[in-house]
Amino acid sequence: MLAMSRNDLLLFLGFTIVVLAMPIWLQPFGAAYPDLLQRFMIFGIFAVGFNILFGLTGYLSFGHAAFFGVGSYAAVWSFKLLSLDAIPAMVFAIVISGVFALIIAYLSLRRSGIYFSILTLAFAQMSYSLAYSVLTPITNGETGLQLTLNDPRYVDRMFGEALPGQPVPTLLGQSLGGFAGFYFCAIFLILGFFIAQRVTNSPFGMMLKGIKSNQTRMNYTGFNTRPYTLAAFVISGMYAGLAGALLAVTDPLAGAERMQWTASGEVVLMTILGGAGTLVGPVIGAWLIKYFENIFSAINDSILARFWDFLPDGLDHAAVVVSGKFVGEGWFLTLGLVFVLIVVFLPGGVMEGVRRITALVSPKSKPPASPESTSPQPQPAE
Amino acid sequence: MFEVIFLQFINGLDKGAAYALIALGLTLVFGTLGVVNFAHGALFMLGAFCAVLFRQLLTLETITIDPTQLSPWGAPLEVREPLVQAWFGDFGAVLVNYSVPFSIIITIPIMLLIGIALERGIIKHFYKRPHAEQILVTFGLAIVAQELIKAFFGPNPIPQPMPTDLRGAADIGAFLGMQANIITYPIWRLVYFLFAAIIIGGVFAFLQFTTFGMVVRAGMADRETVGLLGINIDRRFTIMFGLAAVVAGIAGVMYTPILPPNYHIGMDFLVLSFVVVVVGGMGSLPGAVAAGFLLGILQSFASMTQVKALIPGIDQVIIYLVAVVILLVLPRGLFGRRGVMEA
Repeated sequence: MLAMSRNDLLLFLGFTIVVLAMPIWLQPFGAAYPDLLQRFMIFGIFAVGFNILFGLTGYLSFGHAAFFGVGSYAAVWSFKLLSLDAIPAMVFAIVISGVFALIIAYLSLRRSGIYFSILTLAFAQMSYSLAYSVLTPITNGETGLQLTLNDPRYVDRMFGEALPGQPVPTLLGQSLGGFAGFYFCAIFLILGFFIAQRVTNSPFGMMLKGIKSNQTRMNYTGFNTRPYTLAAFVISGMYAGLAGALLAVTDPLAGAERMQWTASGEVVLMTILGGAGTLVGPVIGAWLIKYFENIFSAINDSILARFWDFLPDGLDHAAVVVSGKFVGEGWFLTLGLVFVLIVVFLPGGVMEGVRRITALVSPKSKPPASPESTSPQPQPAE
Repeated sequence: MFEVIFLQFINGLDKGAAYALIALGLTLVFGTLGVVNFAHGALFMLGAFCAVLFRQLLTLETITIDPTQLSPWGAPLEVREPLVQAWFGDFGAVLVNYSVPFSIIITIPIMLLIGIALERGIIKHFYKRPHAEQILVTFGLAIVAQELIKAFFGPNPIPQPMPTDLRGAADIGAFLGMQANIITYPIWRLVYFLFAAIIIGGVFAFLQFTTFGMVVRAGMADRETVGLLGINIDRRFTIMFGLAAVVAGIAGVMYTPILPPNYHIGMDFLVLSFVVVVVGGMGSLPGAVAAGFLLGILQSFASMTQVKALIPGIDQVIIYLVAVVILLVLPRGLFGRRGVMEA
């Protein structure tokens, strides 16, 4: 288990240092505040998990937000019923979302290609609609599931009276606000990254890559591919549940809109943007999207006016109006454009860009064989 | 009891017609170009906003201050006069009243242009790429289209009035010799259904009875051979993409009085339309139409209070439930051809 190759170990250590040092090196970028950092971690986990399914097997799920939402609900219910401690909530969320993923995977994986995508989408939309309507006793509908002072919290009550004031999740009695929450999430991201790395490099991971490049051939070779894809789906569903639970830990409110298909689309965007099939790519994609979402949404017309100040009168006004369409509320327009450009020109995402630049800079030397690099033309399972 | 069932049946027709029209366009694109087009809902939405734009242009007004008249507040009265009325007189008023149907005239060239530009500009590079990448690029395009619309028209739905003559409800029951005032149905929805029937019939006739349609059908069956016969099949497929965009666009235009369009109306319909296409069978035009109406009608039945009392929440999930069951039982959908998009 711990026998890692030198490259893997370096990658893992590098990743760990980068993540743990985020509050320091993100300072100049104006992103080193806990709320955003927590989101970096959470969506990083979500993307890493999604990549185990999409990046390795090529099965494009459009319903992963369902597991994310289920994880959130499970965690909040654990806070309400058992204890405000984060650990049981995590465990509970991972188990529930894993079971949920198993059911959906069992049904969806009977088809592949576009049919698989539509099936996962259909299941996720079903969960979303049900969470809004019939399951209101469990999900609290549109208001969202919240912690209240009157929650039973049986385990907590057994060990004495709960603390006064608004209940917030804790870890062994320690508050999880601010940077504590960030480090709590960071530990899970590093752990998740480590597991993803082990999975990718294991014989199981090789099998998944084989399914991606040619499932028919795998079948002819005598492998039953279903258990492998099923396992990959459930693992990635558990990652999504973990991410959802962490979001509930940092902000104990679970709403159905987390399960909407736009949320599923977002994790697809993150994975593609960073580079599907690579290990660090999806994490980078998640960070980039969350970072720019944060930065771009905050820009308003007065900031733009200052930025375009050097232009002559009239022209600067036009520049403000035009660029104003791309920031603030219009941030998704920028995201969509960037995404289209990426898919058209750089299907491998940021990671492929990095690889191409390295190849350009040192054309003589062999490009460094990074462990996460995939074959140049991966064919997903159709 | 029969009346109730009949009423739900016709209630499902207009929604079913919208599903069928979008699914038809999706299937046209898939059948000819082999591209899974996630931007198709955005085309529906763009069509709807063509109608919005047309009406906004029509209702541009000149405001003149008339000092001889006073408003109730004692200030000089502002006289608003729509430019169209000033220029065309009574015809202008008719134009404003019937702005939704008239906007089809401007929608057709606009959508044709958008469709062809989209196909030539981006989608043609994706024929050889995997379906997953086609989904991704068209998904990105859909985001761009809807965000552009949001930037220019705002996030709120913009209601479009239907022509005054077509408001109100028709007593279909009495028309069919049943008891009066039991089965009434909004006239506009009837118009929408007839309109959809004409468009669907037109597309089928076009494919069936014209030389162009024959070549396209041949190309759908075997693109390579048609190309080898010296026919520029690519150009015809480009035109088919434009046609699919037009079908989606005018479906959107005519739907605006039923549902005020906002920027994400396309996405809402797209998800359902994909389900429709898959249920009908990927690549089958009759399948898309049949499944569209089937799901529309089923949805209408599921919204009945009696049914909802029996199975709570069924109206929310019926379409997805049907899709899941059909996909698991009939892998190729209702009318799917063998060997299309199978693993």
